[in-house]
Amino acid sequence: MFNGKLHGLTAACAAAAFAVGGAAGGAAWADPDDHELVIDGESIVTEVAAQPGNPLGTLYSGWRYRTPETQALQMDDFENPVMLQVDLARDVWSVAEGEAGKSCALCHDDVEVSMIGVKAGYPKMNAGAGKAFALEHQVNACRTERMGADAWKWESQDMIGMTALIGLQSRGMPVDIDDDALAPVIAQGKDIYNTRFGQLDLSCANCHEDNNGVMIRADHLSQGHGNGFPTYRLKWQGTGTLHRRFKGCMDNIRAEPYKRGSEEFTALEAYIAWRGQGLSVETPSVRN
Amino acid sequence: MAAPKPRVKVPNSAKVGEVIEVKTLISHPMESGQRKDKSGAIIPRKIINKFVATYGGEEVFSVDVGPAVSANPYIQFSMKVPAAGDLHFAWTDDDGSVYEMTKSIAIA
Amino acid sequence: MTFTRRDTLVMGAGAAALMALPLSASAATDEAVAAAIAAFTGGAATAAGGVDIGAPEIAENGNTVPIDVSADGAASILVLAAGNPNPGVATFHFGALAVPAAATRIRLAGTQDIIAVAKMADGSFREARRTVKVTIGGCGG
Repeated sequence: MFNGKLHGLTAACAAAAFAVGGAAGGAAWADPDDHELVIDGESIVTEVAAQPGNPLGTLYSGWRYRTPETQALQMDDFENPVMLQVDLARDVWSVAEGEAGKSCALCHDDVEVSMIGVKAGYPKMNAGAGKAFALEHQVNACRTERMGADAWKWESQDMIGMTALIGLQSRGMPVDIDDDALAPVIAQGKDIYNTRFGQLDLSCANCHEDNNGVMIRADHLSQGHGNGFPTYRLKWQGTGTLHRRFKGCMDNIRAEPYKRGSEEFTALEAYIAWRGQGLSVETPSVRN
Repeated sequence: MAAPKPRVKVPNSAKVGEVIEVKTLISHPMESGQRKDKSGAIIPRKIINKFVATYGGEEVFSVDVGPAVSANPYIQFSMKVPAAGDLHFAWTDDDGSVYEMTKSIAIA
Repeated sequence: MTFTRRDTLVMGAGAAALMALPLSASAATDEAVAAAIAAFTGGAATAAGGVDIGAPEIAENGNTVPIDVSADGAASILVLAAGNPNPGVATFHFGALAVPAAATRIRLAGTQDIIAVAKMADGSFREARRTVKVTIGGCGG
């Protein structure tokens, strides 16, 4: 899709970026660094060969593109700012809510046992609803249908905390979704990923596939994986969802963004999960 | 905003005279008073403005905190442990609220 | 000359790896910094050195820049950000049991100097400065 000219330009600007940035840090700004992610003694895989048919050759976690100071924030569960919210969610887990008078704990018991590996398999095809579910959809399905409680807003602190808590139970496990069941959704997501949007007429692929590793102004472009969400972004000075990140990108390219929780963003999330399979879940991660 | 929640990392025990590292965090937006809302009006300042750590009732370490300290303020210091005791932390908000936490340190 | 989007991306990438945020007119003036130091020292002069400032050479985002300060024998350390709208950041006070060192995370409005002024036990003052380059990276909302 992108001809050799752009690849040539990519190599040129990679070299130029390295030349300019070399004085600052020594390591090549063009490539992700070779640091190892160890969180409180546990080693997390941040580099893995992509599966056949993946436009990327080697998958690198977004963690590998960040400065050492940003990386350090994720390597210590005390210093990780998301953990404050995870603690709050732990409390919420055990509190009964809604007309049925149930708490999460009533059905799911200990979150650290029942939720192992759950996030790693999301998005998931939900047979009952006949559509793909992100983890947030499932949490709200439980709340509204089983607990008789109100749905949480997609970007609410409650939802972010809870999906961070659940995601944490998959940390270190490879992203592994059901490719077959999600095939049409992944295809839809791939379509969106490669479609140019907005006044700037850019697609996700333009930056994250053709120019990952390169600097866009002062941002070291990653491959755009979703394995660490919800994530604490220094820019947000807060934790946010993957769909918020999608929306922000679309805003930046002056496009009308899809809605958080929409079919389109869920399809995009599914494609991104497919594209990032094998990388470890890093939820809750820290990014720039 | 949810009530600010503090977290501290302090060793459970130390030898007499040992220097220990103390890490503290508290969830707080640290609204600097520089930001504007959608209508252009300044969002009023609301920050944690003081942090005090006392041991055995005596002040060990304190910080006059300004709005340039990042949201979810992280403060780290080190101290010598003279004897077993309680390390008490207090964070003061602009609105007068005080958030507290205490950790006991035993002698190893 | 017309630039295609690809050209813009390439030019921007090559030239701006260290793009620093230019400070606006609302950045602290030298007078404000001097006044903050004078308020801390009571007008006394400061001697250079004896205070260490740890900070990244390049901060990926100005919202959360980890710094640490230390000064052997200090009773308190004032931290200023010379390029912020208001220079005051924090003042650390050390009791008898404390090691005179502390770390925190601060907001920097742009590339600027961090200044640390230590009040020593004997009443004298020491000062150090360190430049932090602040980038405005971070696409996506």
